[in-house]
Amino acid sequence: MNIDSWIQWFQSAVAFGTVIMFGCCGEILTEKSGNLNLGIPGTMYMGGIASLAGAFFYENACAKAGITPNPLLCILVAFLCAFAAGAFGGLIYSFLTTTLRANQNVTGLTLTIFGAGLANFFGGSLNKLAGGVGQISISATSDAFRTTLPFATTWGSIGRLLFSYGFLAYFAVAVAVVMAIFLKRSHAGLNLRAVGENPATADAAGINVTKYKYLATCIGCGIAGLGGLYYVVDYTKGTWANDGTIETLGWLAVALVIFTTWKPLNAIWGSYLFGMLYWMYLYTELFGFTLSRSSQPIFKMLPYIATMLVLILTSIRKKRENQPPANLGLPYFREER
Amino acid sequence: MEQSSAIRLENVTKTFGSVVANKDICLDIKRGEILSLLGENGSGKTTLMNMLSGIYFPDSGKIYAYGQEVSIRSPKDAFDLHIGMIHQHFKLVDIFTAAENVILGNSNDKKENLRTATARIREICDKYGFDVDPNQKVYNMSVSQKQTLEIVKVLYHGAEVLILDEPTAVLTLQETEKLFKVLRNMKEAGKAIVIITHKLNEVLDISDRVSILRHGEYIGTVNTKDATDLSLTEMMVGKKVSLDIARPVVEKKKPLLEIRDLTIRNDEGNVAIDNVNFYIRGGEILGVAGIAGCGQKELCEAIAGLRKIENGKMIHQGEDISAMSPKQITEKGISMSFIPEDRLGMGLAPSLSITDNMLLKTYSEGKSPFVDRKRGRNEAEKIIEDLDVVTPSTETPVRRLSGGNVQKVLLGREIKSGPNVIITAYPVRGLDINSSYLIYDILNQQKQNDVGILFIGEDLDVMLSLCDKIMVLCHGKVMGIVNAENTSKEELGLMMTGAINLMEARTTDEKKPGIAKDSNIKEGNHE
Repeated sequence: MNIDSWIQWFQSAVAFGTVIMFGCCGEILTEKSGNLNLGIPGTMYMGGIASLAGAFFYENACAKAGITPNPLLCILVAFLCAFAAGAFGGLIYSFLTTTLRANQNVTGLTLTIFGAGLANFFGGSLNKLAGGVGQISISATSDAFRTTLPFATTWGSIGRLLFSYGFLAYFAVAVAVVMAIFLKRSHAGLNLRAVGENPATADAAGINVTKYKYLATCIGCGIAGLGGLYYVVDYTKGTWANDGTIETLGWLAVALVIFTTWKPLNAIWGSYLFGMLYWMYLYTELFGFTLSRSSQPIFKMLPYIATMLVLILTSIRKKRENQPPANLGLPYFREER
Repeated sequence: MEQSSAIRLENVTKTFGSVVANKDICLDIKRGEILSLLGENGSGKTTLMNMLSGIYFPDSGKIYAYGQEVSIRSPKDAFDLHIGMIHQHFKLVDIFTAAENVILGNSNDKKENLRTATARIREICDKYGFDVDPNQKVYNMSVSQKQTLEIVKVLYHGAEVLILDEPTAVLTLQETEKLFKVLRNMKEAGKAIVIITHKLNEVLDISDRVSILRHGEYIGTVNTKDATDLSLTEMMVGKKVSLDIARPVVEKKKPLLEIRDLTIRNDEGNVAIDNVNFYIRGGEILGVAGIAGCGQKELCEAIAGLRKIENGKMIHQGEDISAMSPKQITEKGISMSFIPEDRLGMGLAPSLSITDNMLLKTYSEGKSPFVDRKRGRNEAEKIIEDLDVVTPSTETPVRRLSGGNVQKVLLGREIKSGPNVIITAYPVRGLDINSSYLIYDILNQQKQNDVGILFIGEDLDVMLSLCDKIMVLCHGKVMGIVNAENTSKEELGLMMTGAINLMEARTTDEKKPGIAKDSNIKEGNHE
């Protein structure tokens, strides 16, 4: 009984963690270029609604033609839509902040509002097309994404703990690992970090600062868009609700970036830890007490408190490697003195 | 020996809005030669060189590299033409190692990695006699190490033309000599070198030819062996000037500010000022010499009441100021002006106008709830007139003024409040000859008004002729307090690096250095 609760808790933490791991990794890549993109929640919204729309129209077309949707195509359509929509958000952000040198904070916050509005508008429209509020469902796509490895059910606790997730959960871990290697070991990663630390230096070294900023931001936002995809197809199992949960998760992803001290590998365990903390209010029985409904939100704050603790700890230790990129949030203009 | 031209500029012009930074400049940079570029602040030296390094693009004119006309549109182009520039503000990423900084950028060599780069850096270091650890993080390096790394970086990428923008501004005498040795080595190796510096003795020492700019215009080029410091200054300023710094003799007064056993920690919690004793009399300029970052900043902040002191006393006219707030200390007549490396960081609010910056010091004196802008404007006008500040109006944001004028405004405001002790750190940092001398005059005037002055400086020549006494700091410890007339540059330099410690040599004396005979501190209350 107790073991079951622990496993359930961990499973929901992984589902939760995967969403914010995508958001967090995307934002780390973006911030490494010196762009502080507070539009991550909006980008995740855009990724989510785009994947939903793509999958919905594909499944509808299949239904009209009278064929069963191909699971691989379902995955491909939803995946590409989410990534493209996210990257589009990044493109808007890059154009405003890098080319027009608009204020990054304001641009990011606006992008969040824009993304949320856009997604909820089309979410409502899609629901209407599907026949009414809460009617939309992309079951074929959702099933395809949630297909687990065959031994998830036969390997007992280990199987449930480690193998009971759709492929995106593992993909998120792979993204974090690849990104860590890219940033630490590759030449392009070194150049990217230089852009975020000191763009004038990077520029003088012959690095195309604008190109790096655009690419890092667009790819980063594309990855964050995958967080929205996972939310729609797996977390909510292919439905749409205008309840603002994506936004909550998006802000947690941004907080997680600080928690990880800008290191993608920390995002792997950090996101699961955030998931455990977030869902803790449902599992307090494991610690011998139950919560009333009204005291649950206090426990939902735990991830934020953890982030604050990390902020305090890193600022006390003052280790240079744990600080944000030095030029984070600042525009770069070569001729400025 | 016939030297071939490396870079040639023809009628190069660059404007920023309505300001002409460079007008019809012609310049010839030859291989195997060191060319000095001389000019006052704002004469366009850095702008001109930035056009060679691809930061700016000229409005008109032609640039030839190795005999061919070229167009340098970005730092990458300059890079490909083997032009390397060492900027005044180092272009280094602090959290990277030396080797990582060197391989930054898009290498044409596909096989390049950190290991091959490290080996090549070692090779270059051996060849020219540099001391750089490829695996050291830049934030752990001293200023001179960073500069060495910049030179290694430029050489690593195979630069044939090397441009150095005020490389000696942050170096000690010994470090400068080491740099010059390296530059001469490179000259022998056939590289073309351009050096920008304000220090005439260095120009005469290192360069083969000198090109002079004035107000963005090209004045001329002379062979260094035919030039003297006077003739160069004349070309630079456009009129005859005297290069002597006066040291008026003023009757000694009782000590104004006395510092006893002072210990201060820096932001990192390390000891920045270690058990320091000194005093300043009225009508005296006490110089403080030391390598950058030897506790000068912490000392200034402590005296101004901005930093907590760990131990010791600060006595002003017999009154303990150690526990006072910055405002109380200012009211006692102690003024502090610190010019940090970026020259705007402390003392003035860059986006506010001159008037508003005046008001920052006096806002609390008015009785009305509204700010008395008229008075501030009058004060601003007076400073502009007295100190010859070049500005479009009193309402111009301080940020838009040139460095020298910013410093005049800061010092002017501090002096206007009628202090009896002036703490001034690097007041001529980055200023040209004319402005520097104006600042020295201001300080001397104050000295003659019996003000005690603590002058934290970097140019030893200036300190030797301006200050009455010089205190030398090394890693927060006093190495000695010497009479400016009885010491030499070499001795000061050795004290700065800690090679000579006069304090140790003098422990048997009856009089401890740094403690006045006629001290205001009674022995009874001195633990």
